[in-house]
Amino acid sequence: MTTPFLSVERLSQRYPDGEGGTTTIFENASFGIERGEFVVILGHSGCGKSTIMNILAGLAEASEGVVIMDGKEVSGPSLDRGVVFQNYSLLPWLSALKNVTFAVAARYPDWSKDQVLSHSKKHLEMVGLSADVFNRKPSQLSGGMRQRVSIARAFSISPKLLLLDEPFGALDALTRGTIQDELLKVWAGTNQTVFMITHDIDEAILLADRILLMSNGPYARVAESVEITIPRPRNRIEIVEHPNYYAIRNHLVQFLGKRSKELAGPTDAAENRPVTVRIDKTAPAAPSPKKLAV
Amino acid sequence: MTEMSVNKRAAILSFILLFAGLLLWEAVIPAQKAAGELTEYERLTGGGAQKAGVPPPSQVLEKAWEQLSNPFYDAGPNDKGIGIQIGYSIYRVLAGYVLAALIAIPLGFLIGMSPVAYKALNPFIQVLRPISPLAWMPLALFIIQDSEASAIFVIFICSIWPMLINTAFGVAGVRKDWVNVARTHELGALRTAFTVILPAAAPTIVTGMRISIGIAWLVIVAAEMLVGGTGIGYYVWNEWNNLDLTSVIFSILMIGVVGMALDAMFGVLQRFVVYSE
Ligand SMILES: Nc1ncnc2c1ncn2[C@@H]1O[C@H](COP(=O)(O)OP(=O)(O)OP(=O)(O)O)[C@@H](O)[C@H]1O
Ligand SMILES: [Mg+2]
Repeated sequence: MTTPFLSVERLSQRYPDGEGGTTTIFENASFGIERGEFVVILGHSGCGKSTIMNILAGLAEASEGVVIMDGKEVSGPSLDRGVVFQNYSLLPWLSALKNVTFAVAARYPDWSKDQVLSHSKKHLEMVGLSADVFNRKPSQLSGGMRQRVSIARAFSISPKLLLLDEPFGALDALTRGTIQDELLKVWAGTNQTVFMITHDIDEAILLADRILLMSNGPYARVAESVEITIPRPRNRIEIVEHPNYYAIRNHLVQFLGKRSKELAGPTDAAENRPVTVRIDKTAPAAPSPKKLAV
Repeated sequence: MTEMSVNKRAAILSFILLFAGLLLWEAVIPAQKAAGELTEYERLTGGGAQKAGVPPPSQVLEKAWEQLSNPFYDAGPNDKGIGIQIGYSIYRVLAGYVLAALIAIPLGFLIGMSPVAYKALNPFIQVLRPISPLAWMPLALFIIQDSEASAIFVIFICSIWPMLINTAFGVAGVRKDWVNVARTHELGALRTAFTVILPAAAPTIVTGMRISIGIAWLVIVAAEMLVGGTGIGYYVWNEWNNLDLTSVIFSILMIGVVGMALDAMFGVLQRFVVYSE
């Protein structure tokens, strides 16, 4: 087995439970992410998704286990791993443009002012922001615009791994839709590896190459790895007509609705690797129904 | 008639209040007897001072005109223009205040960043803070042996606390996500301090600075009454000893005006650093 670009090995996180003991959030979790892959993680609130992401970012330390990226162990935050937090990831005293130049200047310290500026502007335009909002402070932008700036900032430094923690969690459904499109467009042009958390099943299917499903905590597990067998480029309207769409969606709903609870609790396994699930109604081998009953 | 703006109406009301107040003041003060008309007996018992002391506003205005048209004259140690006296006071306030800021802001940063430093220094701060700055005066005079430097020390000691506490509080309260932004962008400790923590905490720090300058200005008047020599505090006390209440009232007003100007400066600074989330 070749080692993937990012390899999470036997990661465990435990916190004191306040009564002298410890609570185990997750235990011996192992999974990998390939270079250029877009991986989304789904799971119920509190199962430990943000905890995993903070460990990947190097902002938090796991109780046990290691994360290896590109052959090196992750220890501490780095410009190789860009993070978009759910909220507050923009510095409110800086304008939209300055928020991006801040990152670009940190990433490319040798660049001239002009280079930094044009690179930053390019990325702001890429996420659909026009020049008239560049000089506005985050508080003068709508929620959607703010997240666009965050995404522009994250892409502008071309990190080896981009981590997104519920980036659209605070947005209304319409804005969400357009920003998902923006994100897909920006991502398609790069070979960016992305690891994203979301609560939205449809968003996950639209964006991901692979969805990791987590069971409920404590002792949560990354139980399944569901391949999204829908070709790119995808688009929100047409994707639902693909024969695999509802099959995959039903599987995810089933998991989150029922099996995530059943799988909860500790296991004896020394290592908890997700089971790969591939649902493909278009594959010749499969007993392919022409139309999927919805 | 069209609706006037709130500002305009407030300004008009302010003028009316001022005018009415001055008029009332003028009306209730009986015509003043010149000091020369007092009997020896009246002067000795102070009776004359009480009656004749409070001048009407017209006299104060006259005094103000006289003083402000030549604020910087210097006719010996007991007769200097109001501008010179205020200048001395401002110099002492700024000297003590700047020294305090130079220590309080970096130290506050340290305390805000380190929970250990916070816990270790907190008891000292809590004990030293409530001490009236003037209570330090005898000790300062004894140790420093110089009235000028003692006055500056008193300003220093009274203005350090609000700045120290607000800086520590502001720095400790910087949102973790912003610090994480700095960390994920691999900013060094110094860059993080200057480009993230300082701007994030600046509104709280400037509020502390504003409180401090207000306290310093309150304290300098009292301190100068004690150490004497020069300054607006000494001037007020000296004019009281001369029984020149017109000058006393005029200088009280000047103290208010200068205090307001100092505060307004920090108001401008505050507007400059404030941000909304
Ligand atoms: N510092 C901590 N001390 C103790 N428990 C913690 C700490 N941080 C997180 N936890 C616990 O770890 C669990 C996982 O938290 P985490 O934030 O990773 O959940 P999540 O899956 O991201 O949830 P959500 O979807 O609501 O964001 C939660 O039960 C939380 O209470
Ligand atoms: Mg979370």
